Amino acid sequence: MAETQVIEIQVLRYRPEQDEQPVWQSYLVPYTDDMSVLQGLQHIKDELDGSLSFRWSCRMAICGSCGMMVDGKPRLSCQTFLRDLAPGPVRVEALAHFPIERDLVVGVDGFIEKLESIKPYIIPKQPRAIAEGEYLQTPAQLEQFEQYSSCINCMLCYAACPQFGLDPGFTGPGVLALLHRYNADSRDGGRERRMEVLNATEGVWSCTAVGYCSEVCPKHVDPANAVNQNKVNSAKDYFLRFLSPKGAGDGRPRGQK
Amino acid sequence: MMNGKASTRRPYVRPMNGWWKRDPFFVSYMVRETTAIAVFVYAVVLAVGLVRLAQGEAAWNGWLAAMRSPLSLLLHAVLLVAMVVHTKSWFEIMPKTMPMMIVGGRRVAASTITRAGFAAAVVASVVLLAIAVIGGRP
Repeated sequence: MAETQVIEIQVLRYRPEQDEQPVWQSYLVPYTDDMSVLQGLQHIKDELDGSLSFRWSCRMAICGSCGMMVDGKPRLSCQTFLRDLAPGPVRVEALAHFPIERDLVVGVDGFIEKLESIKPYIIPKQPRAIAEGEYLQTPAQLEQFEQYSSCINCMLCYAACPQFGLDPGFTGPGVLALLHRYNADSRDGGRERRMEVLNATEGVWSCTAVGYCSEVCPKHVDPANAVNQNKVNSAKDYFLRFLSPKGAGDGRPRGQK
Repeated sequence: MMNGKASTRRPYVRPMNGWWKRDPFFVSYMVRETTAIAVFVYAVVLAVGLVRLAQGEAAWNGWLAAMRSPLSLLLHAVLLVAMVVHTKSWFEIMPKTMPMMIVGGRRVAASTITRAGFAAAVVASVVLLAIAVIGGRP
């Protein structure tokens, strides 16, 4: 049986019905070596203060629900262990740059809208009958997008991105990385439809290459890389339309006479 | 509105003042961006030298004398430090700004790209310094 010790967890509370602004509240939590910050919060909710709100689901860094600022860093609380933060106090706050709905729960409406806007699914180049069989990809083609497909939408990269904090309209690292994931997929034909999001001021051009998004990503997606290589793609898209007839702007989709 | 009841949502937006002081990572980002000014200042100094050279020998010698002044030496010491810091931080972020580089069927690691950048900067500096020293001899 692991030895039980006590650690102080300070939580930034915000209850919209009673708090004008967020306030720090302190809890003394008994913990063992195998306990995560999430388990510490669960102990608070179960044993000390049932009014504390936070999101969680899988407890194993897959669902992306439990992201929060732990000692000022964007972290998955299920993947961050109290033993590593001893002797404390541990300061836990809602994900930075997002509006706080309640305690550690942030508003994700903007994120979901952006996610939908990039059509995060494969748009086939042409209709394909099931009888034609599966798509084939070489390992090299897979490598082009595989790392970017590891995103779990935990939004830690947004909490690491000051440009998103300064302009909530910025499409942001996670969604732009997913956009790249589909554009870079050899099976996909939706690139042109996604370029509008990518080329916008709120698209890749709002990124100033801080690079912290890639640092905090628990899945090694490297969103900074996805965003910044698309500045080149966006610039190409802008200049090539002067050369290619399809961009001349007659309003007709490509291939239509 | 849900079930005819008014929403009690009142999202709290935290201020961004002083954001760059919140994390050492942001501080180093600001250092990278700020030292870019040194690159600009040095480019201006060199451009002025070029203009003075075009204006004739007296103007050129005046510029050379200005370059040897204590204030100029101090400025150049500061610029040198800033340029070194900028070069280092610039090559550190470089792999993130590039498409995947595949050599011999394998992806080139980010650390390799950064080290290649450092090596290129060192070689270029040594070569330029050698040309300046050799070319500067009477």
